[in-house]
Parts: sequence; C-alpha cells; structure tokens
Amino acid sequence: MDENVILQMENISKSFPGVNALSNVNLAVRHGTIHALMGENGAGKSTLMKILDGIYTPDSGQITFQGQPVSIDTTHAALKLGISMIHQELSPIPYMTVAENIFLGREPLGKYGLIDKRKLNADTKVLLDRLEIGINPTSIMKDLSVANTQMVEIAKAISYDSSLIIMDEPTSAITEREVAHLFRMIRSLKEKDVTVIYITHKMDEVFQIADDITVLRDGKHVATVPASQTNKHNLITMMVGRELTEMFPKEVAPIGEIVLSVHNLTREGIVEDVSFDLRRGEILGIAGLMGAGRTEVIEGIFGIHKIDTGEITIKGRKTQIHTPADAIKNGLALLTEDRKLTGIMGVLPVRDNMMIASLPNYEKRGFLDGRLIETTYKQEKSRLDIKSPSMHQLIKLLSGGNQQKVLVSRWLLTSPDILILDEPTRGIDVGAKAEIHRLMSKLAQDGKAIIMISSELPEILGMSDRILVMHEGRVGGIFERKDATQESIMQAATGHGLDAQARQEEMTV
Amino acid sequence: MASTTTPQALERTFNREWFNAFIRKYAIVIIFFAMFVGMSLLSDAFLHPRNLVNVIRQISVVGLIAIGVTMVIITMGIDLSSGSVLALAAVFAASLGQSPGWHDAKYPGLMLPVIVPILVALTIGVVCGVINGSLIARFKIPPFIATLGMMTVARGFALLYSDRPVSGLTDTYNFIGQGEILKVFPIPNQPPLGIPIPVIILAVVAISAHVMLNRTRFGRHIYAIGGNEQAALISGLNVGRIKIGVYAIAGLLAGLAGLVLSSRVGSGQPGLGVGYELDAIASAVIGGTSLSGGVGTIWGTIIGALIIGVLNNGLDLLNVSAYWQTIIKGSIIVVAVIIDERKNR
Repeated sequence: MDENVILQMENISKSFPGVNALSNVNLAVRHGTIHALMGENGAGKSTLMKILDGIYTPDSGQITFQGQPVSIDTTHAALKLGISMIHQELSPIPYMTVAENIFLGREPLGKYGLIDKRKLNADTKVLLDRLEIGINPTSIMKDLSVANTQMVEIAKAISYDSSLIIMDEPTSAITEREVAHLFRMIRSLKEKDVTVIYITHKMDEVFQIADDITVLRDGKHVATVPASQTNKHNLITMMVGRELTEMFPKEVAPIGEIVLSVHNLTREGIVEDVSFDLRRGEILGIAGLMGAGRTEVIEGIFGIHKIDTGEITIKGRKTQIHTPADAIKNGLALLTEDRKLTGIMGVLPVRDNMMIASLPNYEKRGFLDGRLIETTYKQEKSRLDIKSPSMHQLIKLLSGGNQQKVLVSRWLLTSPDILILDEPTRGIDVGAKAEIHRLMSKLAQDGKAIIMISSELPEILGMSDRILVMHEGRVGGIFERKDATQESIMQAATGHGLDAQARQEEMTV
Repeated sequence: MASTTTPQALERTFNREWFNAFIRKYAIVIIFFAMFVGMSLLSDAFLHPRNLVNVIRQISVVGLIAIGVTMVIITMGIDLSSGSVLALAAVFAASLGQSPGWHDAKYPGLMLPVIVPILVALTIGVVCGVINGSLIARFKIPPFIATLGMMTVARGFALLYSDRPVSGLTDTYNFIGQGEILKVFPIPNQPPLGIPIPVIILAVVAISAHVMLNRTRFGRHIYAIGGNEQAALISGLNVGRIKIGVYAIAGLLAGLAGLVLSSRVGSGQPGLGVGYELDAIASAVIGGTSLSGGVGTIWGTIIGALIIGVLNNGLDLLNVSAYWQTIIKGSIIVVAVIIDERKNR
C-alpha cells in the first residue's frame, strides 16, 4: 500500500432492502489532499461516506485509516479516530445558540460540573474568528440564514481538529461569495495537512479545488483520476456511461392536444419561471439533480404549496389551484415521491388506502356501499396484480412495490386526465417496476397525459416522449425523445447544457 | 428480500399476522371477561341484576364522552375539555328545566318544554367543540393546549353562571337520567327491572357512531387524517373542516352527557364531571384507540369504559379504599398504552 494513503476503503458492500447501494467499492485517499467524490443521484456517494462516519455499518469490506485497520460503529468512534463529516441535510438544534450547537456534547464545564458559558462562547468566538466567519456565538440557530447555518456546520466539523473531514455537498445552500470563503478554508485546512473528501455535483467546483476525483456509478467504483488529467466531458461520460439494459421503452401512443400548460411558474427562491406544455397521450419526463426543484414545481401545480406567480391552464381553461382538492377536481392526480411520508396511511387497511381519494363513488344514500367497495378492490387487485391477502390487510404489511400499486390505484380511481408520478419506481423491486412502466404506457395509450419525475436516467430516457431538465430551480433544457442522451441530460442538469457545444469544439482541437 | 416474496413465506407471514391481529383485536374482550368472572367469584353482590344495570348506568355518562373522545384521538388529537363542557351544558340546561314554583329558581315562574334545555345543552356542546376545532384547524394550536384552554374557560363560565347547584328540576327533565323503560324483567322480592334511559341513549349513540365511522365518507376521512394527515390532504380531503366536525361531535356528546348527568343527580352543578375527560381518554385507550392516530373502534371504547366501570364497582363491593382504586386504575391505563406501543412496533 502507498505510504502516502491516509484512508483505504476496500471491497465495501452495503445493501438496503431492495437495493444494492454499494458493491465492492474501493477508495484510496492520499494524505493531505482534497479528494472529490462524484456521481449521479443514488450512485452511492453519501452511503459510502456514512459508512466512514459510522452511521451505516457495511455488509462487508474493510477500512484502513492512518495505516491501522479500523471498524467504525458510531459517529462517536469516527470522531475519536479523527474523522468528522458535514452532512448534506443540515440538522441544527434550532432553539440553541451557535456556540451550544458547535460544542454540543463537549461543552466546557466549570465549577460543580455546570456549563461554563463564558468559556463556551469565548472558544466559539476564537474558532469563528480563525475561520473568518462573522457570526455571533450567542445567536440562536433558527434566526440564521440557511447559508450561515451551513457555515456553522462547517465550523463545527473543523472544530474537532480532525485529520479527515468529509463534506457532503456543502455548497448546495450557500452563495458564490460563501463558496469562495469555503474554498479558502479548505485550502488552509490542506496547508495544515488535513485531508478533505468533497462530495459534489458541481463541475466547476471540482476543477477549482480537487486534487483527485473518484467517480461512483450505481454503487460501483468507476475510476479515480487526478483532476489535472481529466475534464468535464470525461467526468460526465464516466458518471452516466452505463449500458442501457433493463429498459422498458414506452410503447407508441397517439399524442393529442395540449391538456396542461404551465406558464412562468415561480415560487420565490425555490422555482423560477418554469413553463411547459403537456399533451394527451404524452409522457413528459422531468430530470434533474437532487434539489433542482422538480418536486417543488409539482407541489406548486397541485396546490400543496402556494405559487407566487404563474399561470396554469388545463384543457384550455385558466385554472386557479389552491388546494389538492382543487387539483383533483380539475382532473389531476399526484403520486408523491415519499411513499411513507405523504403516500400510505400505514395503520389503515388496503381498502381505505385505495379508495380514500374516490369515496363519493361508492356512496349510496349517504352510506358507503360495502359490496361496491369490495368489487372495486377486486377489480383493482387483478388489474394491477396487487399481492394482498385481503382488502382488510394493513397496508404497512405489504411490500414496497405492492404499496406503490395500491397508491397508483388510489389515483386511477379518481379517473384523472393528468397523472403526475414523482419517482414512481423508487425503492421497489424490478418486477413491480416493470409493471408500473407497462401501466404507464397503457395509460398513455388510453389518452392520459403523464408527468414522470425520475432520478434514474435510463428510466427517463426509456419512458419519456419529451424530457424537461431542471437545474437550480429553472428549466435547464427540454429535449425531444430522439435528441436526448444521458450525456446531454446530465449536462443540462449540471448547468452545462448551453456551453456543451463550445466544449465539444474545444475537445476536438 | 427474495425469501419473503415466495408464496409459502407470504402465507406464513400472513398467518402469523392474522393470529397476532386476532389476539390484538380481542385481547381487551378477554381481559374484560376475566375481570367479570373474577369479580363475580370475589363478591356475591356483583352478579345481582340490579348491580349490573347499575354498572352500565354508571358508565353511560363517561361512555358518551368517550365516544367523542375516541373520534378525536383517531384524528391524532385529544380533548381535555369534555368534563368542563359537560358542567357548562349541565348548569345552563338545568336552569331552563326547573319547576316554575321552585323557591330558588334561576328564572322564577319560567316553564319551558323539556326540548328547550335539551337543545341548549347540545348547542353549548357544539359551540365549544367548534371553537376547539377552529383553534386547532385554523390557528394550528396543538389540540392539547386548545382543549386545555377550553377546559379551564368552560369550567369558569359554568361557575360564573351559577356558583351553586341548580336544583328543583321538573319530573320530565329528571326522567332523562333517572327513568327506565320496559320495566318487565322480574327480580325476586323486588319491583321488576327496566332499562335505564341513559343506557338507551348510550346504545343509540354508540351504534350511530359505529355506523358513521365505518359506513360514511366522513367516518373514513377521520381515520385517514389520523393515518397520515399529509396523505389525506393530498388525496383532496378538506382536513380542516373534518377536524372541526370531529371536535364539534365530541362537544355535542359532552353537552349530551351534561344533560344526562344533571338529570341523573337531579341538579345542574358547576362542579360536575371533574376528571371525566381523563376517564373518557382512559376508556378509549384501554379499548385500543391509538394515541398515534388512525386506529380505534367504538366497541373497543365501550369495553374500555365497562372495564373501568366493573373495576370501580367491584372494588367498591370489595371495600377496597378509594385511594387504592385510583392507583389500580392508573396502572391499568399505563399498561394498556404499553401494549399499544408494542403492537405498533
């Protein structure tokens, strides 16, 4: 092994129910370098780092840190070894001060074992001053901007004096000025011999800051290269370059008139100026990286969150949608992204979960007709091939794929014209996935219009007639099926759609 | 992953599930019968028909409240105000149900048909419930706090309206709580036994509530909100209006309980129903209603109320001190919630 290597992860595998998150991943990080970790959504970057931080335990594989084989069971153990991590999702304790947040769990104690507030605040001030972060140690966390909250998290990770700091997309919430500041901090850490692993989607950042780059794809290690010996185009190719197997291409459906037209939809600071049309029989794929605003556009259309400006026209009529009930009345249906959080009602039986959006259909003289409900259940069960012992089975006891089918059925029973499917096949097994794809084709042939958000490029490419790519809250590009490639979508999603041409030329020179 | 999707494995899982579900569903009934048998062995008086009718009569007031509270808890809410709303409804209703010639009449000489105090009691209950529901649904105040406020305020208004018992009620009014119908069940050496009106009221309310929860859209919406409020909203339910409706029903039943209780004790007292809200919550929870929402049945709650009733009655018959009774009751509630938590895991 190279003497210079501070961290060696070998043959790391990790699977979650239904998903192989990592398989036999190797990662070697040189001492005192900035090592970028790249890959699409779900490539396994965060999972790999959470293993290093003791949050997940790998199924197999071994970790060598500073020449010693180590096993990291808890975050506490990681900190003791000198590894700290800045997480992508910020988790401040909102009603405590900045100083209390930074020194949580290692507060300086004074007499009688009470917390020495003065020392706590003084230590924090020294730390923040050293990092040139202009935040008052006694400010309450919840009063800080998102960017400042991020800076506090960064300061906290640095305050452990770790020899390895992992940063999981630290710039997703901060402005350019703060990015420059962060990069100065990272460089000064590097001068002090600290090693940094830096997860990002942003190409520009990688070439500004990284010494080495590792690309993961579908839970596998693709390559590790010095930043000086590669370029954006090569990186994109490495990130997406998989064979297009397991595809369930959309069958041909006649495409009809425009049924939904969104014009300049804006949710201040979240979604800017999004416009698109959707036609009968069409599947419109929405692609984009995590946090690009895909779900947020849909929430605006469906009346879950207020939109600031913008017009929604359904079947030629300008429509005001304030609540999901309005949306449903106008023929919309939304299969949400997070099945557990916003989809299933876990403690209720399959029957209720299936019929909740269409109950008026089964009413006779003010009472629900049990027989009609049972017939409907049986029809839906065989139409979608739902595996459930009875309609009284609690939905939480079904597999993820069957839960998803029940939810699809919930929406089909409202007889919608426009179906919005947010990550319809996330976390379900291959069989159920294929069935949902087939069903989508069938629905399009029946004249439904479908919007499908997906983080999986093969799914987007296989199923969509047109593809809308979101980038930082805006439309990064709209592609016709025949023009779309994994590369062109990835470029639009990373904000390089417009200068892609230029770069192509540069490469051929 | 693969192993759980084979048909045999599925069947095994479901059989075990089914067995667990059975035990879960009927555990409370089994406990009730065990208690029932235990008490009848320990005390000769327990099985006497008059005593049994007494037990049901005693639980009928708490039972009415508990039915409303059950619906509230199914939506993942709580109602602490029912005992106080009961008292408020009781004093107002009683003051409109006094005999015109009563020496201490609130409104001397006033003689109203009994329907007036009945409607007033129900209206007061509904108004309090709508206020609770609006605070929770529109102003996003946690149910615990909103109904805690109502608990204090309603009690205050009851005391303000009458700081002493409102007595001298008409016979018609007293019939609501004290009357019996079908006095045809013979008992040796005593007048024949009838069915108390409060028990009939409870039965009618319980059956209606059961049908509403299971057979109407509104009822299923109540479960859906408790099962996953966000999912219910996205499914197009008007969550705010449904919540207000549920608290209004809980208020209505508290008002009805106030009418029944004032009639049974023969006077509307501002101190009536103290702590009843807790007995009602206990009945619901013992009967399997989950404080995490989405789960609960009316028949479970009635059995929960019966368990508390049999316990109170049996311990009284056995001359167990009232202090021990509260200790035993409290422990049973906690054990019931522990069981509930375990099955949710």
